[in-house]
Amino acid sequence: MTEIRDFFQRFFQTDFSRTKRIKKCFEKVNREGRIALMPFVMAGDPDLKTTSEILLALQESGADLIELGIPYSDPLADGPIIQLAASRALSVGTSPKKVLSMLSDLRGKLSIPIILFTYTNPLLSIGMEEFCKQASRAGAAGLVVPDLPLEEADKLSKIALSRNLDLILLVAPTTPQQRMKTIAEKTNGFTYLVSVTGVTGERRKLDQKLATLIKQLKEVSTKPVAVGFGISEPKHIHEVRDMGADGAIVGSALVKRISNAEKGKCALEAASFCRELYDT
Amino acid sequence: MTSTFSSKPNNDNLARKVRPNQSGRFGRFGGQYVPETLIPALEELEKAAQDAWQDSSFKNELSHLLKTYVGRATPLYEAERLTKHYLREGEGPRIWLKREDLNHTGAHKINNALGQALLAIRMGKKRIIAETGAGQHGVATATVCARFGLECVIYMGKEDMRRQALNVFRMKLLGASVHPVTSGTATLKDATSEAIRDWVTNVESTHYILGSVAGPHPYPMLVRDFHSIIGEETRRQCNNAFGRTPDLLMACVGGGSNAMGLFHEFIGDKSVKMIGIEAAGEGIQTNKHAATMTQGRTGVLHGAMSLLLQDQDGQVQEAHSISAGLDYPGVGPEHSYLKEIGRVEYVAVSDKEALKALQLVSQLEGIIPALETAHAFAWLEKICPKLKKGQEIVINCSGRGDKDVNTVAEQLKSEI
Repeated sequence: MTEIRDFFQRFFQTDFSRTKRIKKCFEKVNREGRIALMPFVMAGDPDLKTTSEILLALQESGADLIELGIPYSDPLADGPIIQLAASRALSVGTSPKKVLSMLSDLRGKLSIPIILFTYTNPLLSIGMEEFCKQASRAGAAGLVVPDLPLEEADKLSKIALSRNLDLILLVAPTTPQQRMKTIAEKTNGFTYLVSVTGVTGERRKLDQKLATLIKQLKEVSTKPVAVGFGISEPKHIHEVRDMGADGAIVGSALVKRISNAEKGKCALEAASFCRELYDT
Repeated sequence: MTSTFSSKPNNDNLARKVRPNQSGRFGRFGGQYVPETLIPALEELEKAAQDAWQDSSFKNELSHLLKTYVGRATPLYEAERLTKHYLREGEGPRIWLKREDLNHTGAHKINNALGQALLAIRMGKKRIIAETGAGQHGVATATVCARFGLECVIYMGKEDMRRQALNVFRMKLLGASVHPVTSGTATLKDATSEAIRDWVTNVESTHYILGSVAGPHPYPMLVRDFHSIIGEETRRQCNNAFGRTPDLLMACVGGGSNAMGLFHEFIGDKSVKMIGIEAAGEGIQTNKHAATMTQGRTGVLHGAMSLLLQDQDGQVQEAHSISAGLDYPGVGPEHSYLKEIGRVEYVAVSDKEALKALQLVSQLEGIIPALETAHAFAWLEKICPKLKKGQEIVINCSGRGDKDVNTVAEQLKSEI
């Protein structure tokens, strides 16, 4: 029975609402002359029930896409704020399966694209096929795997696409131009531009090289470019928009705001932070 | 304790060109699972190493310093009283020790630290970072940085800093700054993650001297190659001592650098058996162990695919061993490969067995081995009864035990 249901779900998802959701989202935002606002939240911090409230609150407050972090014990690309959020999430028993099940329960309510942010090991532990199947069933639109470089990405990208999931690849300030071109060709949905040579975390100023990087990426590809790592204030969003970026990912600043919120007020705080960012 | 092999060792899967292959893999293990920011630096490092090994001035400088500064070649020592101890009715193997404990700073670690420091200088990088567990690799790195006037930052788990206060002071005395790591379990695993994060941030000015045959390609190969002098000397010394290759090589395995250093030279000699000994901690049936090779399943940690201690959700588990140097939930990818093709056998011994071996070797040979090294000695109990007279065993005596005397004293008191 589940197989039949799964087939029909996939059939309908494939042929109607589910294909290229990220691409369509960026097209809409572009038509409206805006930059896409892409908040990041750590699933399970402080608990999954709160996370689901936060996701809905962000959607209502103007988020265009949401990056949803699956907590991992050894997050190499993350600075202290997101590391601690992952530790808190793990300490209350958050697992990839529980995150996907929470997401699944939001189907019908959450209409903006959800991008799962996961490290390689939890993904491999479930298995690429199985992870993509479950992620797709839960309604996710894409995947970001920060420790899976281009060389290792082909296989996952194919599997993900077969489930209508975009595997989004990252470009860093240290990436040479030819390689940048290859990454931009192979990424799906958009190119994730890491704004600084470093890990995630709040920063006061944007990297000086950023404008050049966005320009270079735009020259080699027509795919949308979203900038992340260090974007923490409304003025940063202003700046990256003026540099030509299509999306701005705000992680640590929001995660910190949520972690500082009073008990029961996480979703409210997230929503007001999101609105502040958008008052630009 | 036998492992299940998925294939058999043969000329193809033992060839050097597949260890690693062109994409940095040993079979399915290895690779480069790191943030994009580091990929160009890893390419640069691979190329710098390739160039260096073809440059006679680099090789000459390295071997000159290995001789005059590190104190190589280290002796191959015949452990007569240990040999006698394990004789059963006149039967039993002869036991030799490759004395890496006699190197400057007291362990094999400096072979690699020195080589990588020279590479960093070639690449024009003046800031060095490293991770350390017990502090041996940290001390070796701080030492070579002092020798070359390089800035040195060592990442060390806060818990390990407490356990290894003496080594922390040694590093500071050598001019290094030691950064306490409080994230996760505050041990070697987290120190390594923090060192990688530093590298991601400062990659343009900094070289990361990784201390084991772990991490993303080219590190497993690079670190192995700097340690392979251990096996090369051993071959020559065995030839001089008894006119042939040894029958069995034994070494402890945490990340696996001293073992790879000894094994590498002999991988193609099928008559040479090899055993890697890892830490069973309080027992592999408890969850307090570091027996990655016997209990782990395939995963990705610190940039490489290898066997890994992890829970059902792919979260990395805390390892446990009395020896801080073996207290690591991962293992170098080449070891996972050598296990899979059946070339090397891997076994585990407990904290208690290691402690017992440490005392035995101290009292019979006047050599206090490091707790890590003591794990290799402990396997003699199991293997010697199976071996005959005339068989030659070489144990890599990878480090000396001065750093461990506090831990040992604590343990022995609690047992009295």
